[in-house]
Amino acid sequence: MATATPIPKVNHVGLPIIDYRGGKSTLCAGCGHNAISERIIDALWEMGVEPERVMKMSGIGCSSKSPAYFLSRSHSFNGVHGRMPAISTGAILANHTMTTIGVSGDGDTASIGMGQFVHLMRRNLPMIYIIENNGVYGLTKGQFSATADLGSKLKTGVVNDLPAIDTCALAIQLGATFVARSFSGDKKQLLSMLKAAIAHKGTVLLDVISPCVTFNDHEGSTKSYKFMQENDEPINEIGFVASFDEIEVDYDSGEIYEVEMHDGSNLRLRKLLEDYDPTNKANAVRTIMEAQEKDEILTGVFYINTEHPTFIDLLNVVDEPLATLPESITRPPKSAFDALMTSLK
Amino acid sequence: MATSDLALGQEQGAFEASTHITNDFSINVATVNGSGSQSANSVLQKSIFGMGVPVSGKNLFPSNIAGQPTWFVIRASKDGYVARKRESEILVALNPETARSDVEALPTAGVAIYEDNLKLDQIREDVFFYPVPFDKITAAICPEPKLRKLVKNMIYVGVVAQLLAIDLGVVESGLRAQFAKKQKVFDLNFGAVKAGFDYAQANFTKRDRFFIERMNKTAGKIIIDGNAACGMGAVFAGVTVVAWYPITPSTSVVEATTDLLKKLRVTPEGKATFAVVQAEDELAAIGMVLGAGWAGARSMTSTSGPGMSLMAEFCGLGYYAEIPGVIVIVQRTGPSTGMPTRTQQADLLPAAFLSHGDTKHVILLPGSVKECFELTQAAFDLAERMQTPVFVLTDLDLGMNNWMSEPFDYPSKPLDRGKVLTAEDLNRLGGFARYRDVDGDAIGWRTLPGTRHPKAAYFTRGSGHNDAAAYTEKPEEYQALMDRLAQKFENARKLVPAPVAVKDGTSKIGFLAYGSTDCALLESLDQIKQRYGQEADYMRIRAYPFSKAIHDFVAAHERIYVVEQNRDAQLASLLKLDLPAGQLIKLRSILHYNGLPVDAESITEQFGAAEFPIPEFAAKESI
Repeated sequence: MATATPIPKVNHVGLPIIDYRGGKSTLCAGCGHNAISERIIDALWEMGVEPERVMKMSGIGCSSKSPAYFLSRSHSFNGVHGRMPAISTGAILANHTMTTIGVSGDGDTASIGMGQFVHLMRRNLPMIYIIENNGVYGLTKGQFSATADLGSKLKTGVVNDLPAIDTCALAIQLGATFVARSFSGDKKQLLSMLKAAIAHKGTVLLDVISPCVTFNDHEGSTKSYKFMQENDEPINEIGFVASFDEIEVDYDSGEIYEVEMHDGSNLRLRKLLEDYDPTNKANAVRTIMEAQEKDEILTGVFYINTEHPTFIDLLNVVDEPLATLPESITRPPKSAFDALMTSLK
Repeated sequence: MATSDLALGQEQGAFEASTHITNDFSINVATVNGSGSQSANSVLQKSIFGMGVPVSGKNLFPSNIAGQPTWFVIRASKDGYVARKRESEILVALNPETARSDVEALPTAGVAIYEDNLKLDQIREDVFFYPVPFDKITAAICPEPKLRKLVKNMIYVGVVAQLLAIDLGVVESGLRAQFAKKQKVFDLNFGAVKAGFDYAQANFTKRDRFFIERMNKTAGKIIIDGNAACGMGAVFAGVTVVAWYPITPSTSVVEATTDLLKKLRVTPEGKATFAVVQAEDELAAIGMVLGAGWAGARSMTSTSGPGMSLMAEFCGLGYYAEIPGVIVIVQRTGPSTGMPTRTQQADLLPAAFLSHGDTKHVILLPGSVKECFELTQAAFDLAERMQTPVFVLTDLDLGMNNWMSEPFDYPSKPLDRGKVLTAEDLNRLGGFARYRDVDGDAIGWRTLPGTRHPKAAYFTRGSGHNDAAAYTEKPEEYQALMDRLAQKFENARKLVPAPVAVKDGTSKIGFLAYGSTDCALLESLDQIKQRYGQEADYMRIRAYPFSKAIHDFVAAHERIYVVEQNRDAQLASLLKLDLPAGQLIKLRSILHYNGLPVDAESITEQFGAAEFPIPEFAAKESI
């Protein structure tokens, strides 16, 4: 007797999770990046974002390969090293109706791509910028990156004697409007964070510590699974209630910082750090810097601002994508041309 | 007061009486940059234009904000020559620092109009001097000290107009057009022109030979600079995304584009149908252009040599991943920072192969402001048709100087948005392979992000890919794709603007040139005919890859002179890579690369030296 094929579970736009999957990963088994890809799939599926309405952007490096491993039904652009921000900016200007997810690495962002990274943050371009941060260059076999912590050790025994660049502190200062840090091993936190990121309008910077099992997961590394398990200090516990979910949770408002998102979703941050206010820029940066001095790796949502205009708002462009405006709109009429010619005589 | 301080030797009496030089001379206005002389220069140029006399204006300016010497050379030419002329017969000396050498550069029987306190008349005896007390006149008509600097410049316009017999009414209407909606500004400026005019009338007796006389050779024509024309081209090509980084001499391309977009491309609701972004550098600018082109927008950037160097990596990506975008390069003098405010044509070779690996780019080469307009438009169509970055290569001379031109034509063809599949197409086809040559034209079909079809997406990458856009390191897949790209470039010979056979006769000698060299070469060909009795043919190149017609032109002539404005004969080199081996021996180069726009005389001299190398003969002929 034939058993009935189980009907796959679908999200609120009627798609099963398989429609959000990508190609088979070619990264090392156990690489933190693979876990992040899984969470991206989960988040987009749970949020019911149509895959065809997503653009996946990346630069060069292990991290930047990963868009091939999720959402095969989305257009993807794997660009050149450190230049994902510029390509993303252009693509979003051409079509700001898309959900745009950029995946970069610590080398791609904090070294070769620093110039573009800071300007993207500054523009508050509506996109999610994920740094898969492992502190080393993988494809070139294990050199330190600029996010490696002072004093951390390579497998070869080489000690990093330069201070780490903190991309979250930078992003907050520069104008990104949703800045958070997570750990690829913390499924729950990362998923909630990604869902909130999808609901946010503006630049989201997610710095995700994502251990490199091949080159940076040993004793002495500060980006290893073990180190993160021992030193991860969440500043808040993230609860995300999507706009289409029913709200029924009881909570003590004194312990929760609630943020209403642009799309009507609710982000609820349970305070783990005493009186942490994620809308206070200066305090957010200070908190990050103080933790650094104590060798703590803070995770959670450091900063959120749902009011600040995005770059698209500032440019005041039409609601439709610029890419597909018809000629009748993009080519001015002959009357305008004739007037111009007359003015030049 | 005395009439002009004329202190000429006896021989001057003869030309003073006998020969008028009408509508055929240059006026050199020597000022200090930042002194606001630009609008006065422009008014004088337009006044001569308004007299119906063909005119050109060339701004020879320093890379500096304020305080350094600047020369604006206005050439009136009854024959319609608009190239730079080596000598200027008339000097307006407003810069004390260069006044002495400026006067020394005048030809015999030249004219110097100058600040009377500079005492220039003591330098030479064979020049007509007209001293003008600019400060005194300015103070009398402009009580506001802050405005005096600007007003002072307009006074010289009045003096020159009076001396050359330019109709004051023409100057007035030119000024009125310039300050259309600002009556007060007009009043102040015209007051200054009038004061200069009146001063000259009351105090000078015309002794020099130079006159502007009414002609009708500018009727219906327009005056515009090449950068503004490129901007117009972009706007009428429907550009939607512009990303750029300021750099001389290309900045005004984007400024002109932006001005027009703000005027012509805002919806009744006040929303923009465009986005202009000042990027953090040229790397980002070209990255944005390619991101936008990939997502389906008509995108453009504009830069000059140093910016182009920075764009190299991305241009290779654009070529290999097949992404449209338009890059307007306004060439300046290199290498490195070079002379940022001086002109050159030395970016052709680097543009043609910009980036590492086997990379070739389509380059359009406008030879006039009208072509700046037309070829910038064509670049957008070509970029989307061929799915590749397309360069428009102009130069500082063409881009930043004012040129007269026939009016431009409103585009007659609809936009060519290239091969893009919609969701409906995909329903019909069931799917597609991004880089597969299904039509035999070596161009694949693409889809745009946001196309609502499960098979619409593809993965764009600068790494090795096969025709289905999947990552590959397989030798045969890599090579097949590279071969298709080569074929696509080969096919472009027929898609790019054809060369213009400017002079297509039966001469054994042919000239090849492109861009702003055209105007000097046209004049030189007349000189060559007059001086050496030599007819020559001329084909103007308008694009790379080269059309077959260029090969045919070379094949049809015994000797080919390639005229260009760089040291290394870049156009000739590019031709040598393209022509059959047997033809290469025909090519000779005429080069000009000192930063100034090429003049006819320089071409004629080099041609003469090459064709008639006997010193006695050459010397005799050039007297």
